[in-house]
Amino acid sequence: MKKPMLPMVICIFFFSMTLLAFKTSFLQTQLQASIARGKIVYTARCLTCHQVDGGGVQNMNPPLIKTKWVLGDKSQLIQIILKGSNTGVTIDDIEYHNVMASHKDLSDLQIADVLTYVRNSFGNKAKAVTEAEVKAERAK
Amino acid sequence: MRQLFSKSLYAILMFCVVSLYACANDSNGDSTKKDETNADDVTLKLPSGFRAVVFADNLGGARHLAVNVNGDVYVKLSRLKNGNGIIRLRDTNGDGKAEDISGFGNFPGTGIAIKKGFLYASTDEEVYRFKLDANNNIVNPDKPEKIVTGLLSRHEHEAKAIELDNDGNLYVNIGAYSNSCQMEDRQKGSMGMKPCPILDSAGGIWQFKSDKLNQTYGDGNRYATGLRNVVGLNWNTSTNTLFVMQHGRDQLHDLFPDMYSTKENAELPAECMYELHKGSNCGWPYIYYDQIQHKKILAPEYGGDGRKTAGEDAQDPVVAFPGHLAPNGLLFYTGTQFPEKYKNGAFVVFHGSWNRAPEPQEGYFVVFVPFKNGKPSGNWEVFADGFSGGPEFTASGRAKHRPCGIAQAPDGSIYISDDSKGTIWKISYAGK
Repeated sequence: MKKPMLPMVICIFFFSMTLLAFKTSFLQTQLQASIARGKIVYTARCLTCHQVDGGGVQNMNPPLIKTKWVLGDKSQLIQIILKGSNTGVTIDDIEYHNVMASHKDLSDLQIADVLTYVRNSFGNKAKAVTEAEVKAERAK
Repeated sequence: MRQLFSKSLYAILMFCVVSLYACANDSNGDSTKKDETNADDVTLKLPSGFRAVVFADNLGGARHLAVNVNGDVYVKLSRLKNGNGIIRLRDTNGDGKAEDISGFGNFPGTGIAIKKGFLYASTDEEVYRFKLDANNNIVNPDKPEKIVTGLLSRHEHEAKAIELDNDGNLYVNIGAYSNSCQMEDRQKGSMGMKPCPILDSAGGIWQFKSDKLNQTYGDGNRYATGLRNVVGLNWNTSTNTLFVMQHGRDQLHDLFPDMYSTKENAELPAECMYELHKGSNCGWPYIYYDQIQHKKILAPEYGGDGRKTAGEDAQDPVVAFPGHLAPNGLLFYTGTQFPEKYKNGAFVVFHGSWNRAPEPQEGYFVVFVPFKNGKPSGNWEVFADGFSGGPEFTASGRAKHRPCGIAQAPDGSIYISDDSKGTIWKISYAGK
């Protein structure tokens, strides 16, 4: 008797699709959870200077909206949270001078969350920052 | 052929649109009387009888300004515009607007003042002066004299606001390069350094000679200390003393969340006006003034809890305004154009807050404090409002204009500068 190949292929196909969908939705849920936790950290630590809309403050605190600092190199971004910054930055020819304190007392997960939140808020869209990435940067 | 036809059609259409637009603008031209009271995007709210005219616009970061005896207005820019850090505005036909606009001084900064035939202007490290000739022109715009040099500027409170008295002295604010002299600046829970080492070279007003070249710290003296940062300052000719507006400390809640709620953080501490004398101490960083308790409170970095009082040796403020409004300009009115109640009173220009978040931001206005015999004689009131563009722009802190400097014209009008877009308003009293 000939095995019914076609139904089996269809079965496997749908099964993998379901798995993939589950995986995507699982990652999506994870991302959303990280963003939600990150917002709490942002509100407690970042909001005063960078403001509710991430737009920063004229000549003092830089905006977090679509800048290379936020969307670019994760390593540099994580290091700013860990070490703070007292050099000032220039964005679109405007200098932002204020000192940023170190936030190394936050956990690796909290830093990953807040950066994931910032990279996915205020019109930003960039990959999540993981706890492992923060851990690696802290060890440097 | 067809393409040519459609191109011509397009050209004709564009012509019509442009002509219509021009006509529309032209017809507006007849009614600019109304528009004169606005920068194109905001309308200032003033007490009855007062009128604001846009004297100049789009200058960029217009910080402080000074008016010469002939009415020329000099504006100091925080960023160079076409290579110039100072803009001269001259109203050649007396219509209340500047027609003759020119620039010089290839350095950015905040401070500017005119005294005894010299224009003084500062960078974040130096003070220069330019000689004015008998026709009220700058003698040598490319070669100012360097009066003060080598002042500290470290990424916080860098602006060197300046003022002169009538006895040959120059006063320079050297802001503290710190929020509250914590061991780690703006670090949650970090305690204060005691004594605060910043006070040796910053966090006060320094006094220099107005005519001696290349002075630095050793040539000047620390006239007043314990002032975190001063941007608005003015010599009061009725008391013959220097009055200053201090920018109070930030982030009580962020740094000490167990002691201060976000609401308390928004209101505290007061933005204080002080009358200075040689040797004045206003208490920063050890204390701050709480305008609700009417007390000098020990800063949490130095063991305070929001209630413990301290600073018995520190001066009390002359006026205490709500927190974080950022007073950037101060003027004691000596003109005769405004009604009697304004004589010798103080106009304070509030740049607007950022440190009230997550509570709504406030400020972006000019207030008036009546004075009698050198002391406040009544409550402060808002004099000019609407710079931000409306309550929603004030609340978000995304103000269209941020008022910064103030100066009085020979005819008794006042000028207000905006360092966001660089609008200069002239405010006059037209009568009832």
